[in-house]
Amino acid sequence: MDRFVWSSGLLEINETLVIQQRGVRLYDGEEKGKMDVGILLLSTHRLLWRDHKNHDCCIAMPLSQIVLFEEQAGGIGKSAKIVVHLHPAPSNKEPGPYQTSKYSYIKLSFKEHGQIEFSRRLSEEMTQRRWEHMPVSQPINTSTTSQAGRTRAVGIVGIERKLEEKRKEMDKNISEAFEDLSKLMEKAKEMVELSRSIASKIKDKQGDITEDETIRFKSYLLSMGIANPVTRETHGSGTHYHMQLAKQLGEILLAPLEEQGGMMALTEVYCLVNRARGMELLSPEDLVNACKMFEALKLPLRLRIFDSGVMVIQLQSHSEEEMIASALDNVSEKGSLTSEEFAKLLGLSVLLSKERLLLAEKMGHLCRDDSVEGLRFYPNLF
Amino acid sequence: MHRRGVGAGAIAKKKLAEAKYKERGTVLAEDQIVQMSKQLETFKTHLEEFASKHKQEIRKSAQFRVQFQDMCATIGVDPLASGKGFWSEMLGVGDFYYELGVQIIEVCLALKHRNGGLITLEELHQRVLKGRGKFAQDVSQDDLIRAIKKLKAMGNGFGMIPVGGTYLVQSVPAELNMDHTVVLQLAEKKGFVTVSEIKTSLKWETERTCHVLDDLLKEGLAWVDGQAAGEPQYWLPALFSELCSRDVTPRRPVRWCPEQRVWGNRALPCNHPEL
Repeated sequence: MDRFVWSSGLLEINETLVIQQRGVRLYDGEEKGKMDVGILLLSTHRLLWRDHKNHDCCIAMPLSQIVLFEEQAGGIGKSAKIVVHLHPAPSNKEPGPYQTSKYSYIKLSFKEHGQIEFSRRLSEEMTQRRWEHMPVSQPINTSTTSQAGRTRAVGIVGIERKLEEKRKEMDKNISEAFEDLSKLMEKAKEMVELSRSIASKIKDKQGDITEDETIRFKSYLLSMGIANPVTRETHGSGTHYHMQLAKQLGEILLAPLEEQGGMMALTEVYCLVNRARGMELLSPEDLVNACKMFEALKLPLRLRIFDSGVMVIQLQSHSEEEMIASALDNVSEKGSLTSEEFAKLLGLSVLLSKERLLLAEKMGHLCRDDSVEGLRFYPNLF
Repeated sequence: MHRRGVGAGAIAKKKLAEAKYKERGTVLAEDQIVQMSKQLETFKTHLEEFASKHKQEIRKSAQFRVQFQDMCATIGVDPLASGKGFWSEMLGVGDFYYELGVQIIEVCLALKHRNGGLITLEELHQRVLKGRGKFAQDVSQDDLIRAIKKLKAMGNGFGMIPVGGTYLVQSVPAELNMDHTVVLQLAEKKGFVTVSEIKTSLKWETERTCHVLDDLLKEGLAWVDGQAAGEPQYWLPALFSELCSRDVTPRRPVRWCPEQRVWGNRALPCNHPEL
């Protein structure tokens, strides 16, 4: 049985199927062996066998390995058999179900009959020896691949092959996609160069650009994702898109801002707005650029950047003095407050309550006690 | 409203300028803008064609996304700059990364009470994946990094600190200077540091060491374990790997309380005699 090799079961070009028979079990010499019952196939070049349950388990042997064969009649409780005597396996044989065998013959046991016809056809093929003058596309005996040494278990062959095919398909798709991507990028590059040329001309005042044209230019940059070379801002703020966005934000943020004490961190707003949209989400830069237009559009909101770098949106109605005064009141009432305590009191986020306390401190109304226990604020009695 | 160049004189002047420019072979900026508009339409068509064939690739393959982003960067294009950009509208890259941004913010916010606003990229990755559910697209660490870079535009101190081969993602505007960073990197191996470790490895004096450790305690980035054998250990919750699998329930942060020798409500500076 060690003359057999693992196979995909696919016929090669120039190889034809001669006959197949179900219900055949293979014997390694006199031993039943580990193979189950399966389908035996005879082609012009090989003898193949496939497990009837697991179609991925398939083995094959070239007909050239056969020296001679003889029939063994069946009896009561015994199926008819064909005993096939074989040449020794070549040293460069590919891996198969058996590494070694002490027998130089195998038996084909026909559990569902068919032995007579099979035997006849096998005899024909052995006489004609068609495999000698019809070369197949893939050499069967000689192993040119680096598969020697890989031990495979039953069934894995087919799975591996499927994975390999899938991988190749994916690779093909990806490489096609990359090719198309490269071509696309070439064209995008042209756009970038053109925009740079325009920007430098605007700078050098080569030509008379109207405000309208400037706005149009900015929106082109926006569409392409090109940084505005004139102002250094990505895609330039002040486009119609951002104005519209600012107006929208002006409406939808009023209620949440009231609830949160008149102030919300920009990241909170980002999450709020994008969660509400579901799709066609805003980029962080879209949000920032829209917020920068609040003042120009006379909307009741303001974008504000604290010293720490925290960016918030603030209701204009909540004036600074009010906030500081109320912070002072709260702190005086409790004697002292940390930002966590203050946050709990007002229902604000810790981040924003800290900013408010810092602001009050900056104005001289509060002073701090900074220790490892945390930052605590007291009314400024100095 | 301001009307430019009215009157015969202005028209003539303009014509002269145009002629002069054309003589030198230079094209006027406004002509180029017209040209750009046309080219943009053509490009849009190409992009649509590309999208119809390969839009799936972007969604499914992290490798493809990396390649795409790198190529854009090389030619000077930011596909994530605006949700209104072609790339975003037609390829859907925008929504993918902006939504990821929302998820990152939410994870960081949920864990801030515990780790002070510092989290390893791995833990962030795990939690984001968990939050997305098993039917959502896969995201890679590269995707997270790009989304975080975009979040920086909104202030709030989103940043990344390189430690031992990976990154710590910072989501609070804590001022972390070189000293803090280097201590974080030292702590990365075991999840904690001690005063003597810092003094030995970094050759700092006690004062500098304690100052940095106190800073980390104040910001809530480090917790001190005074019950450790030998000297107190300063642990960084951000580096607690075994806690990754546990679910997070918001609780009040607990500090070391020396009187009862338990985790309590008081913390002590690192050179306190009781420690």
